[in-house]
Amino acid sequence: MNRSYEVMFIVRPDTVDEDLNKLISTLESSVTSAGGTSKSEVWGKRRLAYKVGKFNDGIFVLYMIEGPDGAIVHEVERRLRVTEQVIKFITVRTDEELKRLDKVKKLRDAKKKTSAMPAAPAPAPVTPEASAETAPAPTA
Amino acid sequence: MAEETKAHAPEGASSSSGGSSRPEGRSDRGGDRGGPRGPRPGGGPGGSREGGRKYFRRKKVCKFCVEKIEAVNYKDVRLLAQFVAESGKITPRRLTGVCTPHQRRLSRAIKQARNIALLPFAGRAQ
Repeated sequence: MNRSYEVMFIVRPDTVDEDLNKLISTLESSVTSAGGTSKSEVWGKRRLAYKVGKFNDGIFVLYMIEGPDGAIVHEVERRLRVTEQVIKFITVRTDEELKRLDKVKKLRDAKKKTSAMPAAPAPAPVTPEASAETAPAPTA
Repeated sequence: MAEETKAHAPEGASSSSGGSSRPEGRSDRGGDRGGPRGPRPGGGPGGSREGGRKYFRRKKVCKFCVEKIEAVNYKDVRLLAQFVAESGKITPRRLTGVCTPHQRRLSRAIKQARNIALLPFAGRAQ
């Protein structure tokens, strides 16, 4: 069972796009070499809710990883820690939550179907009558 | 946040209108209190039934159950901010009406959001 994670990290606001792209691509290469897939989503500059170090805002990046095990995340976290531009990061495991959401959704869909069921038989009695009416006509 | 609870006011009002039919049933049965309550428990504490319904409190409903928000995520700052007091504290369930399972997820999400500087630990965001 594959695991999926989200690593959100904040880089210094004065980081240029080039450096950021380089950082993301190095992360990506380390993930792919470990047999995982990843996606990144740059949120852009945002105000921080509190001061981190001496920074009042930062560039938020959401980095999603899917891989066979958690070792990939260890590597990514290590890299983030080493990288100086990164001022903060958080890793959240998402596969269990996604699974739960899937389950809830399925349950809801099933409920919808059962609630739709009583509506379906209601018109059903009409059709037999209609067919009963139409059926005698050919015989008579 | 206060707006949210007010947004559900029509529901609370409808339950109170259902409650207005209750006293008639009670006059038939005499003093059987608590028995002939509607299928919905609540609609307000029963203490004010005798009097002129002075302290009627509308029933709070869980926002997440009503709007069927199942994913409580730390990234959704707008949603989480509704459940954080001005001081930065997580608003207790008894004030917001959020049900226990959702409050659990909510508090976890808020704490994660705090860690990544999306929400403040204390005070409001600068």
